[in-house]
Amino acid sequence: MMFPTLLGVAVLVFVLMRILPGDIVEVRFASEGGTVSPEVLQQERARLGLDQPIWRQFADWMAGLVRLDLGRSMWTGATVSHEISIRAQLSLEVAIIATIVAVTLAIPLGVIAALRQDTWIDYLVRMISIAGLATPSFWFGILILLAFLILFHWTPPMTYVPFWKHPWRNLEQLIWPALATGYRYSAVATRMTRSSMLEVLREDYVRTARAKGLWQRLILTRHALKNAMLPVVTVIGLEFAFLIGGLVVTEQVFNLNGLGKLFVDAVTHYDYTLVQGLVLVVAAAFVLSNFFVDIVYGWLDPRIRYR
Amino acid sequence: MLIHSHRRCASLIIVLLALLVTLPLSRARAESPVRGGELVYIVPASDFPSMDGHREETYAVIHPLAPFYSLLIKANPENPSDPTSFVGDAAENWSASHDGLTYTFKLRKNVKFHDESPMTSKDVKASFDEIISPPTGVISDRKAMFFMVKEVAAPDPSTVVFHLKFPTTAFLPAIANPFNWIYKADILAKDPHWYETHVMGTGPFRFKEYVAGSHVTGVRNPDYFMPGLPYLDGFQALFIEKEAPEVAAIRGGRAMVNFRGFPPKAVDELKAALGSKLAVQESPWNCGLYVAPNQKVKPFDDVRVRRALTLALDRWQGSQVLSKIAIVKTVGGIIFPGSPLALSKPELEKLAGYAPDIEASRREARKLLQEAGVQNGFTFKLHNRNVEQPYKTVGIWLIDQWRKIGLNVEHWVEPTAPFFATLRSGSFQVSVDFNCQAVVNPVLDVSKFLSADKAGDNYGHYIDRALDGLHDEIVREPDQTKAAALMHQFEKRVLDEQAHYLMTLWWHRIVPYNARLHGWKISPSHYINQDLASVWLTPE
Repeated sequence: MMFPTLLGVAVLVFVLMRILPGDIVEVRFASEGGTVSPEVLQQERARLGLDQPIWRQFADWMAGLVRLDLGRSMWTGATVSHEISIRAQLSLEVAIIATIVAVTLAIPLGVIAALRQDTWIDYLVRMISIAGLATPSFWFGILILLAFLILFHWTPPMTYVPFWKHPWRNLEQLIWPALATGYRYSAVATRMTRSSMLEVLREDYVRTARAKGLWQRLILTRHALKNAMLPVVTVIGLEFAFLIGGLVVTEQVFNLNGLGKLFVDAVTHYDYTLVQGLVLVVAAAFVLSNFFVDIVYGWLDPRIRYR
Repeated sequence: MLIHSHRRCASLIIVLLALLVTLPLSRARAESPVRGGELVYIVPASDFPSMDGHREETYAVIHPLAPFYSLLIKANPENPSDPTSFVGDAAENWSASHDGLTYTFKLRKNVKFHDESPMTSKDVKASFDEIISPPTGVISDRKAMFFMVKEVAAPDPSTVVFHLKFPTTAFLPAIANPFNWIYKADILAKDPHWYETHVMGTGPFRFKEYVAGSHVTGVRNPDYFMPGLPYLDGFQALFIEKEAPEVAAIRGGRAMVNFRGFPPKAVDELKAALGSKLAVQESPWNCGLYVAPNQKVKPFDDVRVRRALTLALDRWQGSQVLSKIAIVKTVGGIIFPGSPLALSKPELEKLAGYAPDIEASRREARKLLQEAGVQNGFTFKLHNRNVEQPYKTVGIWLIDQWRKIGLNVEHWVEPTAPFFATLRSGSFQVSVDFNCQAVVNPVLDVSKFLSADKAGDNYGHYIDRALDGLHDEIVREPDQTKAAALMHQFEKRVLDEQAHYLMTLWWHRIVPYNARLHGWKISPSHYINQDLASVWLTPE
């Protein structure tokens, strides 16, 4: 299914971008109000191949895809794969930290809420998770930034340093957007863990395990939690893939040079090839994420087998 | 007791005297440039499209990359507000022949590229040849600016001569354009596209690093040709596109300035947060915000309707009100206010829509609409760019102004690319339009008002041969006084007699910056005076 999905996405995004009025040449040479001759505009369109018929542009792009060549950014002239690779590391890192934050919070809170159903602990957990669902990540991010500015006259660093070069500087910049997105992410996962646990705890095999006199901890970890994790893993997988390219506003708020910001820039500049490449990469991230989720399903529930 | 108090008095006087003597000294010390430090500043863009100044037109290229390059001549960094004041950069001096047809530039002898090779007239000639007549496949954004140049010659290594087709006042400002970076001739000969992705200049800073979408860093050029300059050890230009993180970066001390400037609300926020740690410079901005009635569409083909539109605008009051919330302020015609060819206030007040009695103007506007058969409550769409400052803010003001003469206007906003596509296709009724230039060069700056078949960016879509004829005269008029008289006729025709275009207000540039930054003076353009050669920082 992977290749037909990606092909469908490729065709769709190519058509959608061409339907929009205007092009990159206008944005590049006219947007600042300078005087530019129509000759220059035409020359640039020819250089970018925009004077070619649409079918020809599509055929050229598809021929490149077959060779795993996403083409060149119409804005910078660099290869699309280069533009994406220099930002992917940051986006991947934010996604991983946010996932760690989410999983670390969601699973214990969800389990505790399920075990203490309808107690004050459950209410508190549900309140926190509903607040998380209702709070947009970018807004929470703005709150974090403002709090630091007002209380400590401090903002996170503005340039990215890889973790292995300077772990502290790296975390100083990325932990805050990861927390802002991780909170909403954890809210989704907490509610899923709680409801799934409640369902599993009422299953016959859990009752049997209790009747056999097994330790509560053993029942929880070996029988209940593992089975309750199937929908939670699905949610985590989807959210992780979303974070790879979907942190559009949060990256703007924290001025992160990631894939989300690149996406916005590419759309704003009408950089067709870059948008097409990015959509393909994000679609591939979703497909791969689903693939890994399917593998984890097999580990969590041995009855699931793939042929 | 008395002795004690005398002693106390004496010691107090000594302390006061010492303070009086040392204070001016310490102030002088504080105000004299200090070497060292790294300037971190904001480039309010996502990135630059390419590194080639000859090809591009955005400040996103100028702000991070200008410190790596020299120009032949440049706007005077000591007085960048004066549109007629230029100083030599790579050129030590220059002279013009009596007939105004030959300009000779003598180059400094000690100018070196960052690879240590000497810069000669060959490099200057190659750079201007690329700008004026680019080879096939190479784009020059400012080619049209040099329509008066016949030939560039390099008779000896330290002399460059420009031969003109006719004498014109437009030549020197065109040469001083901040995008006319001097490139290395050998590199251009080998690969004319090399500068799109690389840096090699003769400027005060040497290129160190570029991370796409993130930042550019430069370090001090120890071989810079101006003795003692630059003062900074280096700089880092951060790409930050959105206003909120820009303000946060300055408030949090991560950056010191955004040279393009901020709208009044952000400036107020920074002032409140940083107090005396913040300094602010303001200047009228060489960007005019216009309204283009589309003359291909009825009833805007009728001069009475267009005149009614301009008569309805209370620019004087608009200036006071809008300048508090938007980056517009100065009332003016189509020539940058304060420049030698611009209209004075009494002259302006004679034009339609500039008279102090707005009620009289609006009565006349209603009468003109009636004569043109435009009914009260006539509805049309104001096409605008989906950018808050200053477009949408001024758009809302325009709608309110036209409502006062009985017109019902809807606001139609589009993102940048479709906005321009609509402007060019002419599929709109009335649109907001703008004209932003670097060095004030009135003769060239008004070219957008020429007939649509001559000016690629005339979005009024009109043909006016009388206007074209006037412009031809202005271009070829070397005498400033005569040029001014002709320009006034031109301006009157555009804004009043034909009301081809409506001027709203000129932009206003406000640059708040960390008070540790010195040696930078605001100019009427965010493209000018950005090589950072004379910028310095007081130690923390």
